[in-house]
Formats: sequence, structure tokens, C-alpha cells
Amino acid sequence: MTTTTAAHDDHDHHGPAKGIMRWVLTTNHKDIGTMYLWFSFIMLLTGGVMALIIRAELFQPGMQLIEPEFFNQMTTMHGLIMVFGAIMPAFVGLANWMVPMMVGAPDMALPRMNNLSFWILPFAFGMLLLTLFSEAGAPNFGWTFYAPLSTTYAPSSVTYFIFGVHLMGISSIMGAINIVATILNMRAPGMTYMKMPLFVWTWFITAYLLIAVMPVLAGVVTMMLMDIHFGTSFFNAAGGGDPVLFQHLFWFFGHPEVYIMILPAFGIVSHIIPTFSRKPLFGYSSMVYATASIAFLSFIVWAHHMFTVGLPLVTELFFMYATMVIAIPTGVKVFNWVSTMFQGSLTFETPMLFAIAFVILFTIGGFSGLMLAIAPADFQYHDTYFVVAHFHYVLVPGALFAIIAGVYFWLPKWCGNYYDEFLGKLHFWLSFIGVNITFFPMHFIGLAGMPRRIPDYALQFADFNAVASVGAFIFGFSQLLFLYIVIKTIRSGKQATPEVWEGADGLEWTLPSPAPYHSFSEPPQVK
Amino acid sequence: MSSKPNVAKSAIKHLFVALAMFGFGFALVPLYDVFCEITGLNGKVTGTVEKVDYTVDTSRTVTVQLLASKNAEMPWRFMALQEQIDLHPGEWKQIGFWASNTTASDMVSQAVPSITPARAAEYVQKTECFCFQQQPLAAGESKQMNMVFTISPELPEDIQTVSMVYTLFDSTEFAEPETVAKLN
Repeated sequence: MTTTTAAHDDHDHHGPAKGIMRWVLTTNHKDIGTMYLWFSFIMLLTGGVMALIIRAELFQPGMQLIEPEFFNQMTTMHGLIMVFGAIMPAFVGLANWMVPMMVGAPDMALPRMNNLSFWILPFAFGMLLLTLFSEAGAPNFGWTFYAPLSTTYAPSSVTYFIFGVHLMGISSIMGAINIVATILNMRAPGMTYMKMPLFVWTWFITAYLLIAVMPVLAGVVTMMLMDIHFGTSFFNAAGGGDPVLFQHLFWFFGHPEVYIMILPAFGIVSHIIPTFSRKPLFGYSSMVYATASIAFLSFIVWAHHMFTVGLPLVTELFFMYATMVIAIPTGVKVFNWVSTMFQGSLTFETPMLFAIAFVILFTIGGFSGLMLAIAPADFQYHDTYFVVAHFHYVLVPGALFAIIAGVYFWLPKWCGNYYDEFLGKLHFWLSFIGVNITFFPMHFIGLAGMPRRIPDYALQFADFNAVASVGAFIFGFSQLLFLYIVIKTIRSGKQATPEVWEGADGLEWTLPSPAPYHSFSEPPQVK
Repeated sequence: MSSKPNVAKSAIKHLFVALAMFGFGFALVPLYDVFCEITGLNGKVTGTVEKVDYTVDTSRTVTVQLLASKNAEMPWRFMALQEQIDLHPGEWKQIGFWASNTTASDMVSQAVPSITPARAAEYVQKTECFCFQQQPLAAGESKQMNMVFTISPELPEDIQTVSMVYTLFDSTEFAEPETVAKLN
């Protein structure tokens, strides 16, 4: 009698296992999502400390704190860790938590592979971070690792970097395949493609981008490995190769990559804004088509990163116009969000504040992107702080704000408690002010000609740099408040209702809060 | 809607897509060269041609500027013997560069050509060029290296000046056996 009950429990109603092995061996999408999110938060703080080292050095002109060589290592590692360690795993974590719940599936399609794709990451980044303690120092060639800087002139630690990139690429590809397999096969009965929530749609498209371009990145670093160790000359002109080829291959990966980091953010914001406007999303199907068009266009614009390498006029024109076309689907999205808010009954809880800031600040980042897309003007802006301002505007108040908004939005569903609204708003305002003080002045010093990735600068850039550094420290330290709020919410707080938010809509809100360890063992019916 | 065989099928299908894209990354390397060669982009015209007897277009003169450049790590001396020459389209000319291995060791070099404006590249035809082969020089040795070329009369009228730059790389590491044999 007891044995049958126990066996029965093992199959259906058991909770998580106890102890550390729960996390090592888990195949539960919620556990894995949680681990992804904590991992990316740790990486955010690691990359953030590096950013603060950079900003501390740049607080004044002249060399104060660190050696130029170490400065280069900091800019490189900051970029790599934030892109591959913070933003991408955070989105995968959110997808792990939310995609099965949103499509009414009991778990991800391939739970064991899910476990593997998470547990590769700590090793990949461990290997990358350990190079900081090696005699050669960490990689110092920028996160774009242009050859021959990253081949002929690279520190010997470059091999660890290459294997690190291989590992994180394998992890991303497995994660993407898992998400695609889940969405294709595990949707609840009645959930047609055009009924899928937008976060699911944007991740579906993102997963295809990942499957298409991460292997190209793996190929590029493999070519580097062969150039460095096996005497080939993919990128070495002396042996018949071409360093410009590196840039073409890198940006063939790199441009879709920037949409990998923003499309899921579009999805998150498309859930939050309707919820707090108490209206359905304006233009659902146009959102889907716009996302798909952005994804398609991302494959044919890569050379706008390379306007100054000596492209022929026709090529420059093609990439310039193709890039500008992206503003159309992106504009569709921005107008849809604004129209959703129009005449809604808006309330401004923390997720909504972050989402509105996302719309405004991401649009600013989009506009500076349009300026950079103008090929003749790009010769002036190329490799200046204007570029730094541009991509930080789309990645920090863009991707990162959307992730933070998503965490506040879904946290009550995850742990069953509401977060402290006052502290959440305080976190928002500190972040919002900090981010703008940090990155807005960079537009000006960039237009005035300050080059990026240089540890020292001319006197006329001093004031704006000092301002930016102050902002960076405000922004950086306010993320510790975020950590405090999340821990406080996990431990205590007002009990959350199943729907959590008044205007919430979707399958995930039909589950109790906190979401049970196993959800939707019986698929729900979608009308 | 959910069944295990379907999940496995989509997983394997997409895994193959990923593998194909890995291959595609490598396929881009030759494709890139082919693309540059066909279009003449990047000033990349490296192949030799059969000598064609063009009707020389004496109505106009094109100035060809010759530039010698060295990769940062290349210790040789390298210069063009004439800074510029004038030619009528269709007229064959021989020009010379002079290279000197100033080091105490035998070395092998490879010159990489580039033509500006890039759209002139497809009209430049070479029957002989030192850039077609690796060029060895023993320690302290010097030599003249030649190039025989013409610019076809089909060159667009608005191009009056063509710059040809040769960048010399140290390719001792990549030396082919027959090149090394010439050193001894």
C-alpha cells in the first residue's frame, strides 16, 4: 500500500529534491530558469564591476588607477560577459520559466538537454574569467575580437577565450533548439500560432536566429584557432588570407546577435504594457510580422558595422538603405506600444515604469542607430563614444530594463509574494537617472571625437566623462538594491493572487502563485 | 499536440540546421574570394591573363600611381622604381619594384595587391606579376621585381588615375617548398 503511494507520488505530485543535488540534476524548467537568472545576475555584477573599473579610470584624463593593458582587458571582458553572460542567459532563463507556462506545457520539450545547456555556462565563463589570473592576462582585443589583433597579436590566453566561446555557443544552440521544440510540439490544444503570447513568438524567432548564427560564430573562432595553432591563413594576409574577411564573418553573426538580445525584450514589454494599460495589445499580428521582418533584415545589414573598411560605393549604399529599412518594423512596434497605452487606464507599478522607460530610451538608442546607419556620417562617428552611447542605450535601458521589468512582473508568480512596491520604484528611479547620466553625455563626447577603448583622453572631454562616471556608479550600486528587493520578496511579502495583476491575461496567470513545481500536467484548453 | 517522437524529430532537424550553418560559415571563405574576384571588389584581381593585343586608345591617357607598402612586421626595404607612369588604355607596360632583405636571415615575402578605385580593378590585366608567387630573398640580398600589365580600353572614361598598391608581408612561416628551394 505505502509503496504504491510512494511510487505514485514519484510520478506526479512530488516536489523538488532536497540539497545541492536538486540543482545539479534538475530537469525542471522552473529550477533551470531560476539558475539561469541567478547566473546572469552574478555575471551582471561581474561585468558591472569591470565597467566601474573602466569608468573610474576615465573619471579624469591621464592615467590614474590601472595600466592601459589592463584597461583593454577590462573593456574586452566587460563586453563579452555582458553580452554572452548576462543578457543572453537572462532571456533564456525567462524563456525557461515562462514559455512552458505560457503555452500550457508541463515542461520544456527536452528537459535533460536543458540541464546540460545551463551547466555548460559556468564552465565557459569560469574558463574565460580565469584568464584574468594568467601570466598573459585576459583577452585584450575588444569583444569583437578583430583579427589580426586576436590572432597574430593576441595574448596566449586567446585559446581559453576560443574554447569559452565554443562552450557558450553550444549552450545557446541547445537552449534554442529546446525552445523551438517546445513551441512546435507542446502547445496546449487550441493554441494556434497566431494565438501564441508575444513573448513566445519573439523567443520563437530569436531561437531561429540563434540556431542560424551561433554556429557561424563557432566557425569564426575555429578559424582563429586554426590560424593561431595550425598554420592556416584564414585571416592572415601574409599567407593569402584577409583580415576583412574576419569582419564580414563576425558581423554576419554579430548583427543578428544584437537582435537576439532585443527581440525577447520586445516580447516582455508587449506583455507588461497591455497589463498595466488594462487593454489588449494594439496590433498583435503586426507585432508578429514586425518581429519576423526585423529578424529577416538582420541577416542583410551586417556591413554597416564596416563602412570604413573600404567598401565600394554600391555596397555602402545597399547596407545603408537596408539598415534604415529596419526602422520601419521597429517603428511599427513602438507605435503599437504607444497606441496600447493610449486611452488605457494606466497604473505605474514598477514593471510598467521599466517598460515605459524601455520604450522611450530604446527609441533614443534606435534613433542614434539611424544616425550611424548614414554611411557618409558614419566615417565621423565610427569607433567613437557615440557608438558606445548608441549600443548602451539599446542594451542597458533596452534589453536590461526589459529583463528587470520582466523579473518584477513575474516575480510574484514565481515565488508567491509581491515585491515591495516602494523599493521597486526607488530602484527604478535610481536606475533610470543613473543610466541617463552615464550614457547620455557619451553622445556629446562621441560627436566631439573621443575614440572608444582608450584609457586616456584629451582635456576637452573631461567634464562629460566625469559626469558619466558618477552616473555609472549610481546605476551600478542601485542594482544591489535590486538584489535586496528580490531576496526580500523570495523570503517574505504580501501573498500574491493567482492573477497577480488586475489586467493580467494569459495561461500563466491561471496557475496558483507561487506556480507549482509541476504545472499543466493536464494540458489546458485554449479557446 | 505533444508527443515524444515529434520532439525528437524537431530537435534533430534543428541540430542539422545548426551543423549546416557551421559549414556555411566555412563556405563563406571561398565564396568571399569568388565574390571579390567576380566583382573586383576590394581591388582584388590576382589572376594572370593571356596577353591580348588591344587597339591602343591613344585619345586618352591614364596615370598609374605605384605605391609600395609594408606590413608592420616586415623588416625589408621595399619601393616602387617609378612613382607613377602614364599609359594609353590597351598599351602594355612593364614596371618594377625593388626589394631588399636587410636582415641577417633568409626570408620569404608575399605581396598583396590592391587597386583604387576598386571598380577599375576588373580592367587591370597582368601577364606577369611578382605578386603571383612568393618572393624569397637571402639575407642581405636585393632584387628588382617586375610586373607587366595593361589597362583595357573599356575602362570607364571618368577614371583618369588608377592607384596600384602592393603590400609586402613576411610569409617565411608560410613558405612553399619550391620557394624555399630557390633560397639555397
